[in-house]
Amino acid sequence: MTSDTQIAVQDLRLAYGHKEVIHGISFDIQRNEIFGIIGPSQSGKTSLLRCLNRTIDFTPEARVSGVIRVDGEDVRKGRDVFALRRKIGMVAPLPVGLPKSIYDNVAFAPRCAGMTRKSQLDEIVEQCLRQAALWDEVKDRMDSLGTKLSGGQQQRLTIARALSHQPQILCLDEFSIAIDPVTTMRIEDVLKELRKDMTIVLVTNLTQQARRLADRTMFLWDGEIVELGRSDVLFSDHPANRKTYEYVNGIFG
Amino acid sequence: MFAETPLVRRKQRQETIAKWIFFSMAASMIVPLILIVGYLFQRAWPSLSLSFLIDVPTHGMTEGGIWPALVGTIYLVVISLAVSAPIGVLAAVYLNEYARDNWFNRLINLAVINLAGVPSIVHALFGLGAFVYAARFGYSIISASLTLAIMTLPVIIASTREALASVPRSFREACWNVGATRWQTIRGVVLPNSISGILTGIILQVSRAAGETAPIMFTGAVFYKAVQKGDLFPYHLQDQCMALSMHLYTLATQVPGVKESIPFATAVVLLGSVLLVNAAAIILRAYLRSRKKW
Repeated sequence: MTSDTQIAVQDLRLAYGHKEVIHGISFDIQRNEIFGIIGPSQSGKTSLLRCLNRTIDFTPEARVSGVIRVDGEDVRKGRDVFALRRKIGMVAPLPVGLPKSIYDNVAFAPRCAGMTRKSQLDEIVEQCLRQAALWDEVKDRMDSLGTKLSGGQQQRLTIARALSHQPQILCLDEFSIAIDPVTTMRIEDVLKELRKDMTIVLVTNLTQQARRLADRTMFLWDGEIVELGRSDVLFSDHPANRKTYEYVNGIFG
Repeated sequence: MFAETPLVRRKQRQETIAKWIFFSMAASMIVPLILIVGYLFQRAWPSLSLSFLIDVPTHGMTEGGIWPALVGTIYLVVISLAVSAPIGVLAAVYLNEYARDNWFNRLINLAVINLAGVPSIVHALFGLGAFVYAARFGYSIISASLTLAIMTLPVIIASTREALASVPRSFREACWNVGATRWQTIRGVVLPNSISGILTGIILQVSRAAGETAPIMFTGAVFYKAVQKGDLFPYHLQDQCMALSMHLYTLATQVPGVKESIPFATAVVLLGSVLLVNAAAIILRAYLRSRKKW
């Protein structure tokens, strides 16, 4: 493990009841890279992210084994799971505007972490909304409901919320599934900006999106790593594994 | 191409018949309500007046008003819900938000469901044993209210859980993802968005608590209690009290020579106050729904 490793996963296994969905995978994610994860649904991508920030704890029948280290610390031995979750921004597939005002949507996490000063909160809210490329559209109606925004705006609000606890890692789980291509491209531009400040884990169904953005990409299939490597190799005509080529080029999957 | 064939005509006829059968069954629900209310009002009419509400019964309860019973019912309902609503809501939050699926929580669920199915006369006996004798509260408002509280508790738990479950899980996950604790999630998102359903469920229990006779008859309601006309605070907690449902039962079966319209007027007051409270619940729900946030 080099000093630039941000997330180190060793022999991770996950089972829901008796059904194992991740079969012992190991990989590293480097600091400040965009790490793409591709694969069909049911391949374990979302479950992997939930192990990372330990929201898997809310699924009682889930059994996890193996080690996940974030900045060298074993996440499953960490005492302060909330600090872990604040370190990792998580964006879900479907946009979730909380039924609160736009301001409160973004201020929720800092408040939960104990921040009360209005000036500080104002600053964070503006900064996060700017980072998520939403500020110009909502700055005059911060009191209107987050749930009343359009789908694309809600997804950017979700990203702003994920940034509001100042994470070092940003995980996006198929963020473009419910939004239009133009908004998708805007968010992709946002990600290119954000990569200077944080590590980005990009789970996506769109192989082209991983090809556009990711430095390295991992191809998951049925809970196992088929191939992991630099995106320019993985998406070339000659990836290490024939299956990768077929999946990426739509020959199967 | 679109010409009617005999087959099409037969299907349309069946469609019409089916629709009218279903409609008439649904519409027939209105009939008993109108009959009950109409009949009660017609028989009660000679006695209905404002003074009937605030007068005390006179001449051995054969004349006068129902003030002591009205106040007694308000006492019982308010105190019982003051006990059962907080306990019920907190229990429901635990069961819906915290409880994992293990044997102990299944046991709690089973207890709640079965408690809801216990007949009120059995609640009455339990209240008599537990509050009147074992806890030494005696025949009193406090015993009767606690008995009513136990009776309404499981329904409040059920309605609160339903209200909590109507908040989408994705909201909770969004909160957990940003590092909120369960309690921060509940306070910040779940409760504010389920409070309308919770309140409606509680208010609807007013009618049950006000209408039950057996539980209070065994534990703290009396035939007659001397009270000043219009006195707002005639009872202490350890006093026995009169109540509308009990009063109606007494007038109808125990007291000879009651002016005929008085029991009916008592029933109208009981029914009217319950409908009034239910209407308030419906209006509250409609108002809060109109502000629904997603």
